[in-house]
Amino acid sequence: MDRVEITKTYKIYIGGAFPRTESGRYYTPKRGEKALGNICLSSRKDVRNAVVAARGVHNKWAGKSAANRSQILYRIAEMLEGRKQQFIEELILQGSTKSQAVKEVIASVDRLIYYAGWCDKFAQVFSSVNPVASAHFNFTAPEPMGVVSIVCKEESGLLGIVSAIAPVLAGGNTCVLLASEQRPLCAITFAEVLNSSDVPGGVVNILTGKRTELIEHMASHMDVNGFLYCGTDKKDINTVQQLAVENLKRVTIRAFEGLMNDDHNTPYYIDDFIEMKTTWHPIEKIGATGSAY
Amino acid sequence: MDLVIFVEQQAFMGKSKAPQIPDFRLSPRIDQVGVGDRISRITTRSIKSSSKLQGLKMILNMIDLTTLEGADTQGKVSQLCNKAKFLHGSNPDLPTVAAVCVYPNFVSQAKKALLGTNINVASVATAFPAGQSSLDVKISDTKLAVDNGADEVDMVISRGRFHQGEYNYVFDEIAAVKEACGSARLKVILETGELGALDKVRRASDIAIYAGADFIKTSTGKISPAATLPVTCVMLEAIRDYFYESGTMIGMKPAGGISNSKLALQYLMLVKETLGDAWLSNQWFRYGASSLANDVLMQIEKQRTGNYQSKDYFSKD
Repeated sequence: MDRVEITKTYKIYIGGAFPRTESGRYYTPKRGEKALGNICLSSRKDVRNAVVAARGVHNKWAGKSAANRSQILYRIAEMLEGRKQQFIEELILQGSTKSQAVKEVIASVDRLIYYAGWCDKFAQVFSSVNPVASAHFNFTAPEPMGVVSIVCKEESGLLGIVSAIAPVLAGGNTCVLLASEQRPLCAITFAEVLNSSDVPGGVVNILTGKRTELIEHMASHMDVNGFLYCGTDKKDINTVQQLAVENLKRVTIRAFEGLMNDDHNTPYYIDDFIEMKTTWHPIEKIGATGSAY
Repeated sequence: MDLVIFVEQQAFMGKSKAPQIPDFRLSPRIDQVGVGDRISRITTRSIKSSSKLQGLKMILNMIDLTTLEGADTQGKVSQLCNKAKFLHGSNPDLPTVAAVCVYPNFVSQAKKALLGTNINVASVATAFPAGQSSLDVKISDTKLAVDNGADEVDMVISRGRFHQGEYNYVFDEIAAVKEACGSARLKVILETGELGALDKVRRASDIAIYAGADFIKTSTGKISPAATLPVTCVMLEAIRDYFYESGTMIGMKPAGGISNSKLALQYLMLVKETLGDAWLSNQWFRYGASSLANDVLMQIEKQRTGNYQSKDYFSKD
């Protein structure tokens, strides 16, 4: 007797759990005639819940030592490496050729390793000690921005996600991410990787669904501090920039062309989602010898 | 039938009478599964748009903004009073809260800060939160609060005595504190988290009501579980039965653990459907809460602006 195939239910990822969308809706992206699966059509309330989860865990994630964040990013890469085959199959299912798929997965692992290395180094590169004209020791150091909304690149199922979140996480931020609308499979499988990689629940939240419905809520939410838009759609970009004004979200637009390229390995992607804090520390004369700090 | 109309009819027919003090051992038994079923029908409903907005404003107006910490300072109390008066600067159309609730030694300060507003000052008393002290101490604690100008007194019952079956002791204690309150309204905290089964909650509610409580209140907020919907349902039913018996309205105050608007709206539904519209004012229904106000404010702003809100833009209380 033929075995009935057990197909996977792709659910969304919020706060370290895999709920169905609260709206109960789904859509069925297709590759030619073949349906890829029934995918959650998330609603604005899923965005709300995801932001609550991301905000709730932000202090915990930002408070981890840089070295520990580095270890965790490395761990994601390790877990991804172990499940390469599954991602390759999914990418092929979604329209990649075999060799493209292999390249994309390997590039994703390498990119995670690259940003894992930066976690405990970018602060040294971007911070500074500033000469000032008064009796102060003046220095500037980076801090995480907070909760970041990410709209992933439509054309890239896996590398688009990894390239977007790795620098955001390295900087100590948490995020709410909207996966590619037509290539959502890898996003949810990647959530399973995150879930088994010591990433605290809520640090990355992954939604699937329609951009036209969700972008507006991701951009207008007052508790979101930054927005990363990966793509080139003028109308979307315009919407995001307008709505972000309300609470002065820092918006970054990245076209993400040629994602396999090493151009996208850069600490300046981390720099986009950190805030610089400058401290003026009064200088005190220590002892009577005349030596000052 | 609406409760108030029912009692008016009873009075018209000459049936209204001063209620006899019952034998509290015979308080009604509570069907726990039935209560659970009733609550599940409330929690699966949702209130939207204009009715939600109206409900949220009503909730704001029913909040006893509370700070009851060992670490309370005059600064904290003055901040709380200010929050009570000006809930959210950018929306002047909001109601104020019903009262602020503090320890007795902060009453005179709070009273002064709230002069000229219609916000009451409530004070906990009677060796709050444990209530493990002598009657004399409890009475003088109450007098301290009242003499400093408290409009409302929140007392705790002696749960230990209650568990020992000394219902008369509990009754007499409440009656004595009620006398010490003078014109201040008395809220009696049952601390339902320490009472156990719903039968006990009903019995303690009956004792408090017959002993002269103006309000019955679920919890101190120091014990978990604090207020829950099932417990509140049982207490509301005790209030309803007493109203049928005597025609006297008693207030209800769930306190502790109500920190979001959705839950607060469910309490409102429960009150409306158990007791009716007459209880839907801060004269008869209150929430004891510290973080609820900001969540309600955030929901109101969401309705007004269309954007989900961040607590960064609301003053701490």
